[in-house]
Amino acid sequence: MSLLTDPRWAEALDHLPDYLGNHVRVSVTALALGLLVSLPLAILSRHRPVLRAGLLGLASIVQTVPGLALLALFYPLLLALAALSLSWFGFGFSAFGFLPAVLALALYSMLPVLRNTITGLQGVEPAILEAAQGVGMTPRQSLFTVELPLALPVMMAGIRTAAVWVIGTATLSTPIGQTSLGNYIFAGLQTQNWVFVLFGCLAAAVLALLVDQLLALIESGLRHRSRFRAGLGGAGIAALVAATLLPTVMRSQTNYVVGAKTFAEQYVLSALMTQRLKAASLPATTREGLGSNVIFEALAANDIDVYVDYSGTLWANQFQRTDMRPRQELLAELKTMLAKQNITLLGELGFENAYALVMPRKRAEQLGIRTIADLAARAASMSIAGDYEFFSRPEWAALRKAYGLSFRGQRQMQPDFMYAAVASGEVDVIAGYTSDGLIAKYDLVTLGDIRHAIPPYDAIMLLAPKRANDEELRKALAPLLGKIDIATMREANLRAAGNDSASSPDAVAQWLWEKVGRK
Amino acid sequence: MPTTPLIAYANVGKTFDGGRVVAVDEVSLEVAEGEFLAIVGGSGSGKTTLLRLANRLIEADTGSITVEGEDVRNIDPILLRRRIGYVFQSGGLFPHLTVADNVGITPKLLGTPPAEISARVDELLDLVRLERAQYRDRLPHELSGGQRQRVGVARALAAKPRIVLMDEPFGALDPLTRDALGDDFRELHRTLGLTTVMITHDMTEAILLADRIAVMRGGRLLAQGTPAELSESGDAYVSELLRTPRRQAERISALLPQDGAA
Repeated sequence: MSLLTDPRWAEALDHLPDYLGNHVRVSVTALALGLLVSLPLAILSRHRPVLRAGLLGLASIVQTVPGLALLALFYPLLLALAALSLSWFGFGFSAFGFLPAVLALALYSMLPVLRNTITGLQGVEPAILEAAQGVGMTPRQSLFTVELPLALPVMMAGIRTAAVWVIGTATLSTPIGQTSLGNYIFAGLQTQNWVFVLFGCLAAAVLALLVDQLLALIESGLRHRSRFRAGLGGAGIAALVAATLLPTVMRSQTNYVVGAKTFAEQYVLSALMTQRLKAASLPATTREGLGSNVIFEALAANDIDVYVDYSGTLWANQFQRTDMRPRQELLAELKTMLAKQNITLLGELGFENAYALVMPRKRAEQLGIRTIADLAARAASMSIAGDYEFFSRPEWAALRKAYGLSFRGQRQMQPDFMYAAVASGEVDVIAGYTSDGLIAKYDLVTLGDIRHAIPPYDAIMLLAPKRANDEELRKALAPLLGKIDIATMREANLRAAGNDSASSPDAVAQWLWEKVGRK
Repeated sequence: MPTTPLIAYANVGKTFDGGRVVAVDEVSLEVAEGEFLAIVGGSGSGKTTLLRLANRLIEADTGSITVEGEDVRNIDPILLRRRIGYVFQSGGLFPHLTVADNVGITPKLLGTPPAEISARVDELLDLVRLERAQYRDRLPHELSGGQRQRVGVARALAAKPRIVLMDEPFGALDPLTRDALGDDFRELHRTLGLTTVMITHDMTEAILLADRIAVMRGGRLLAQGTPAELSESGDAYVSELLRTPRRQAERISALLPQDGAA
C-alpha cells in the first residue's frame, strides 16, 4: 500500500476540526495573554534598569524549563489553587486542560516579546526622543506616536517568534488534557502510527507558518500605514479563530468523555469503551494521551467520565501505600478508598498489566533463570532498562529489597523500544508490562515474582463522581467487565503495535469486541 | 530697543552629575522682543544647556528664567514647549512620519482640526521654499540635509510661536546650503516678527545672522552685544573668536575682485 493511499490519512483528517480547533484556541489565547502581560511590562521597565534586568532574567529562566515540564508543572499548581479557591471563595475551577496549557504557554511566549520590545524601545535614538519632548509631547504621546512605531519592526519580530514557539509547544499540552495537534503525535508515537505523527507535525508547521505570515502582513500594514494590509492580517487571524470555534459551538455538551493514558493499550481500551457508548446511543468522545497522575485527578474533578486504571498503580501512586495485600483484598480496600472520593470502581476487565522483569526466553533457559530470585544471583553483571517512571516507583524499591537486586547499570527508555532492545541484547533485562504483545512477538519470558514484591495490577474501570448513578453508562460498559483475559489483551496490544491501518486503536478495539463480545 | 525682554535669565545656574560638572554658572541674559540672538561657544561651554533651560527640556538649579514675562516654573512644561518653536541639530525629524505629519505635529498635539493643519502645512512648506506637492508625502530619509532642516524650521513655526530656539541648526550643512538657509531664515525672522535664539560654534555665522551675540565659555557668559560692541571687549577669548572671521574677510576680499560676480 502506498503512503498516499493509506486510509489513516482519512482517519487523521476526521480528527482535524477537533484537534486543530483546540490547538488554535489554546495558542491564540496564550499568545494574547502573553502579549497582554509582556507589552505593558516591557514598556513599564524601559526607564527602570533593575526591573528590566529582573524581567529578562525571569523570562530567560522560564525559557530554559523544557516545554513539557513547564506544562506539567502548571497542573498541580492549579489543582492546589483550585482547592484553595474552593475553600476560601466557595468556587473551584478546572485545573485540567485549557487553563494550565494557556498559562504555561503564555509564560513561554514572554521572553521574545519582552526582549524585543525592550530592545526596540531602547534602539530609538536619543535625538528623536529629545525632538518628541521638544515639540511638546507628553511622555505618553511620545510613547505612542514616536517610540512604539519606531520600535515596531523589532517588536513584531519578537511577537512572530513567540507565535511560532507557542504553536509548536502547544503540541505538548496533550498530556495535561488539552486536546491539540499533539494528540496526533502522542497517539502516533504510542501506536507506531507514523502517518499520525507526520500529519500532526505537518499540521502544526502549516499553522505556525500561516499565523507567522498573517502577523507579517499586519506588521507591513502598520509600517506602511496601510489599513488594508493590517486589516487583512487581523481579519485572517479572526477568521482562523472563528472557524475553529464553530465545531465547538455546534457540539453538544452532554458528551461522555473517555480518558486514556499515554500508551497503546489505553488507546485501544478507550476506543473500545467509546464504541460501546456509541453503540448504546450515548454520545462519547475520547481524551487521549493524558499523564498518569493527571488522568486520575481529571476523573475526580469530573473533567473526564470514565477510564481504565490499574489497581497497583492507584494503590502505590495515588494512595501512597507501601504495604502489600493479596489481590482480592487489595481490590476491596481500593474500592472503599475510591468511594470516599465518590469515584466508582465499576469492576475488573479480567487481565493484569503489571510490571514484570522480562528477558529473552533462550537466554533465560541457557542461564537457568526462571524467577527473579535466580536473576538476583547474576544481576551484578547485567544491565536493566525501564520506562521513564519505573526506577522512581515503589515497585522497584520493593523488588530490590525483596531480592537484593543490584545491576551493573540501568537505563530509561521509551516503552516501545524496550522490548526490541532486550531482544537484541542491548540490555539484559527490562521492566516490561505483562500485557504487552511484544513479549510474545520477541519470544521473551516474564520472570516469576515468588516473593510477591510487585503488587497486582488488575485493569479496573473507574467512573467519575457525577456518573456514579448513571445506569445507562453502567449498562453500556458492563459487557466488558471480566471478559478480557491476558492472552486476548496481549494479542490486541500486538495488533496495535503494528504499522498499518488495521493497527489503529479503533480497528483493534473492533477486533477486541468481536472476540470478547460473543463470550 | 523695545522695553520688556521676551526671555530673561537671572543668575541661572545648572550642574550635572551631582554638582561635579558645572554646565551653566550664574548667567544673566535678556532677549528683547523681535531680537535675533546668537549664543557662541565651543563644545562644553554650556550654550546648549542654556538654550534648553528656556523651554524646560532641562530644569535650572538656581536663579530664574522668565518667558513672555512669566516664570517658567509656573508654566506646564508641555504647554511651554508647544508655544516655543525648537529647531534641532540636523532636523530631529521623526523618521516614520511624512514631511506633512512632521510639520503638523505640534498643531495636532494642540488639537487643531485636520483640515486646518493641512492648510497650515502647505503654507509652511511655501514659507521654507519646499514644493508642497513634491515634498508633502515624503519620508525624512528621502530628503537632502538642507531639505530636512527646512522641514525642521517649518515644524518649529507650525504652531505660530513668538519665540524660536535653534540648536546649531545649520552646522551639518554644506556651505552653499547653509548660506541660503541662513538668509531664508533671517528673512522669516523679520517678516514673522519672531524672537530667535540660535546656538552656534561659528562666529562668522553669528555675525552674519544675529543682531546680538552672547559668548559663553566654561558655563560663564563672557560678553554680550552687537558685533561692534564685542570687538571692543577686552576679553582675550572674545577677541580670539572675532579674529578668525576678520582674517577670513580680509583674505577673501584680497583674493576676490571687489566688483566680481559674487
